[in-house]
Amino acid sequence: MHENKPIGDVMLSVDNISLSFGGVHALENISFNIREHEIRAIIGPNGAGKSSMLNVINGFYHPQEGTITYKGQTRKQMKPHEAARTGIARTFQNIALFKGMSTLDNIMTGRNTMMKKGVFWQALHLGPALNEELEHREFVENIIDFLEIEHIRKTPVGRLPYGLQKRVELGRALAAQPELLLLDEPMAGMNLEEKEDMCRFILDVNDEFGTTIALIEHDMGVVMDISDRVVVLDYGKKIGDGTPDEVRANQDVIDAYLGVSH
Amino acid sequence: MSPDFLFFLEIIVSGLMAGVMYSLVALGFVLIFKASGIFNFAQGVLCLFAALALYDFIAPGGWVDRWFGFTLPVWLGIIMTAGVMVIVAWLIERLVLRYLVNQAPIILFMATIGLAYVLEGMGDILFGSDVKPLDIGLPQGASDYMLDTFGLYVEKLEIVAAFVAAALVAVLAVFFQKTRIGRALRAVADDHQAALSVGISLRTIWVIVWSVAGIVAMVAGIMWGSKSGVQFSLSLIALKALPVLILGGFTSVPGAIIGGLIIGVGEKLAEIYVGPLFGGAIENWFAYMLALAFLLVRPQGLFGEKIIERV
Amino acid sequence: MLYRETGQFKPTYQADQAIFPIAQDRWFITAVLAVAFLVVPLLIDDYWANAIFLPFLAYALAAIGLNILTGYCGQVSLGTGGFMAVGAFSAFKLMTAFPDLNFIIVVILAGGVTALVGVLFGLPSLRIKGFYLAVATLAAQFFLVWLFNKVGWFINYNATGQVTAPPVEFFGVLIIGPEATPPARYLFCLAFVAVFALAAKNIVRGRIGRSWMAIRDMDIAAELIGIRPLEAKLSAFAVSSFYVGMAGALYFAVWLGAAEPGEAFGIEQSFFVLFIIIVGGLGSILGSFLGAAFMVLMPILLKNFMVNGIGVEVVTAKHVEITTMGILIVFFLIVEPHGLARLWQITKEKLRLWPFPH
Repeated sequence: MHENKPIGDVMLSVDNISLSFGGVHALENISFNIREHEIRAIIGPNGAGKSSMLNVINGFYHPQEGTITYKGQTRKQMKPHEAARTGIARTFQNIALFKGMSTLDNIMTGRNTMMKKGVFWQALHLGPALNEELEHREFVENIIDFLEIEHIRKTPVGRLPYGLQKRVELGRALAAQPELLLLDEPMAGMNLEEKEDMCRFILDVNDEFGTTIALIEHDMGVVMDISDRVVVLDYGKKIGDGTPDEVRANQDVIDAYLGVSH
Repeated sequence: MSPDFLFFLEIIVSGLMAGVMYSLVALGFVLIFKASGIFNFAQGVLCLFAALALYDFIAPGGWVDRWFGFTLPVWLGIIMTAGVMVIVAWLIERLVLRYLVNQAPIILFMATIGLAYVLEGMGDILFGSDVKPLDIGLPQGASDYMLDTFGLYVEKLEIVAAFVAAALVAVLAVFFQKTRIGRALRAVADDHQAALSVGISLRTIWVIVWSVAGIVAMVAGIMWGSKSGVQFSLSLIALKALPVLILGGFTSVPGAIIGGLIIGVGEKLAEIYVGPLFGGAIENWFAYMLALAFLLVRPQGLFGEKIIERV
Repeated sequence: MLYRETGQFKPTYQADQAIFPIAQDRWFITAVLAVAFLVVPLLIDDYWANAIFLPFLAYALAAIGLNILTGYCGQVSLGTGGFMAVGAFSAFKLMTAFPDLNFIIVVILAGGVTALVGVLFGLPSLRIKGFYLAVATLAAQFFLVWLFNKVGWFINYNATGQVTAPPVEFFGVLIIGPEATPPARYLFCLAFVAVFALAAKNIVRGRIGRSWMAIRDMDIAAELIGIRPLEAKLSAFAVSSFYVGMAGALYFAVWLGAAEPGEAFGIEQSFFVLFIIIVGGLGSILGSFLGAAFMVLMPILLKNFMVNGIGVEVVTAKHVEITTMGILIVFFLIVEPHGLARLWQITKEKLRLWPFPH
């Protein structure tokens, strides 16, 4: 099952992206790219525009300027559900699970775009609709197995502790079999053990499924350990880009994190 | 001025006046929504309840008259009614809202529908369900001044209502901007938890807000009651005020006023110029359609806050 | 000890996904259906049919419809009365224009027409949310009732403003009209409601139901994982209105037999159905039945108790009934916002552990 694909061509590149809300410039002239099968980290102090950047990539925010090139197609903006259908999945900084639904149903929603049977067959719950349902259930059960959350399969996610909710959210994103997975602070608020688990899942996903991952994270240790390349934002501007070692040595990055008297 | 234009002007003026009456009801909604995020469906029934209570304090044949053989002067009756509304507000907080803190808005909304049924039933049991004329000495009939000077037919009562509404808004503005309680109210409206954390008692605030909304309901109830008598249908003016709300935005006091005026005028114009095309009686839904059409252009209403969605 | 799932293994996902995965539940529901189909028809008379069973079935179907929209998809609607009217008048037009059309087809077509109208009035839901939408659905309520009152074509230009359902035979048995027997009317409605309740359950536990619930729980996240809000919301409006429309057709044709738009389909109907799903349980098909039973029986019991039991005047009893209804709504919302269905579930969970709760 180990695919262990080498890092390949550029999969997604954002060019000269600018985004503002009223007079506030959230992103100014940002360009960077993400290559196939790599783990790409976006770091920066709070308010640097990291989440805005992810929101631009999957079409939730529409930048005023710049283009996004994804799998060879260049566009000004995307619609969120289009992004999802072309293989971009994500998790959220503040968990955005469907609280009234069970873990199983939450992860099943990740398969929604792949299910096609109409309302008539669904109403009968026989034949094609049933087969389709069972087929996807099996896929989802594999993910549940992979993330080690079998015991909470039927629990409404609203009742789960924070760490498990984060894991279910990852499961929902994985269910869509994404080519590009955007993770917004997957380890925020976790204890050491939970962080280690989550790191393992992220590396495994990258290894086993060859999924390209872009993640935002504050824990520098984690970022430097698992990512292939890092882009650094500060006040909506890009101040660094390169391998963890290069970024660590970058004077602008050190200034942004440690503060510097101007 | 040509007779056609005069007629048009008369429609506009009477529309504006009717709009003021709608605004009065809408105000109560806005106050509660702003302070607690509750869409209070019972606001119309509160108007009815207040008008019924006032009737029984001051009218011959009312409770006070029947029990004690005299009637209260109007000013005392109004104060007593305001007191009743404060008690109602306190009871609502004590028996209902207290247990529903942190519930989804839709649950609270449905609770106020239940509340509307309770108040309506109680009102009927306590005060009886027949039509009662409410006379607190407000002027009736057409205003001679307007008729002589401009040749316009305007009800005196409606002019009074316009002044009362203006005064009410001014008092509320001062109350919200200048007093300590007003500041606390705005704090709660902004963020419940943050307000709690600086020591503002949510329960007290809710009682105050519902009391204020109750008193606004009383003013609306008096105006509507003087106009068309106190009866069950008074509670249905809440339904009239809803389009005003979606037009003006749920959280905006100026929105309630201007929305009310727009609906009032729009409805009157439609009644005269559009209604006949459809065979009349369109006033039940026209305001809704107007507001709905408007919402499609501006989903947050005239003065509602634009929500920037974040994830 | 009697109710537990120990030892009931589910070797396939299909068995695990069954509506009633526990054997005891299956026996129970079979028994309920057996009584409903075999015992009740032997005992039912006009009073029981008209006062309890037919309104129960019609309201349960309407409640399933509203529950799909409000309970599953999270879009509050106050236009149920108006949509029931669409179903009723569509059925009336079909019945009078094509007297030989099978009544099942009439009801389903009436539901179809209502679904179209529902989608039309659901369009604003793409732009507006929450209470703004609730108020917008009131526009549908008032407009539709006005339409049926004003336009003579809908009531076949009947001078009284009332419509009366013509007698209808279903495979040789009269199910509508003064001559129709209570068991025939009851059984027709029961079979209809049972089949469509099952269909609704299947829809809400499949892909479409999950996309509705995703929109309900967090619409932004739903869109970001690829659920089209347009499709999800409009399909909820369509399916919901389909059910409400069919309920309106049964309500008018089989139960009432005659109706006048303003009275039979007023805003009180919208609230009544809303109350049913609150009391029964938002987002539960079973809850729609429990709520309908409760809301149909409660006024009858209350009235019997007050008027016959303690001799209260009928008018006062009506007021007490309204008050009690309001109190019950508030009470339910405070004690169990998820309604009777949730209480039922809790009872089952307790039973599973009984008699060793720890």
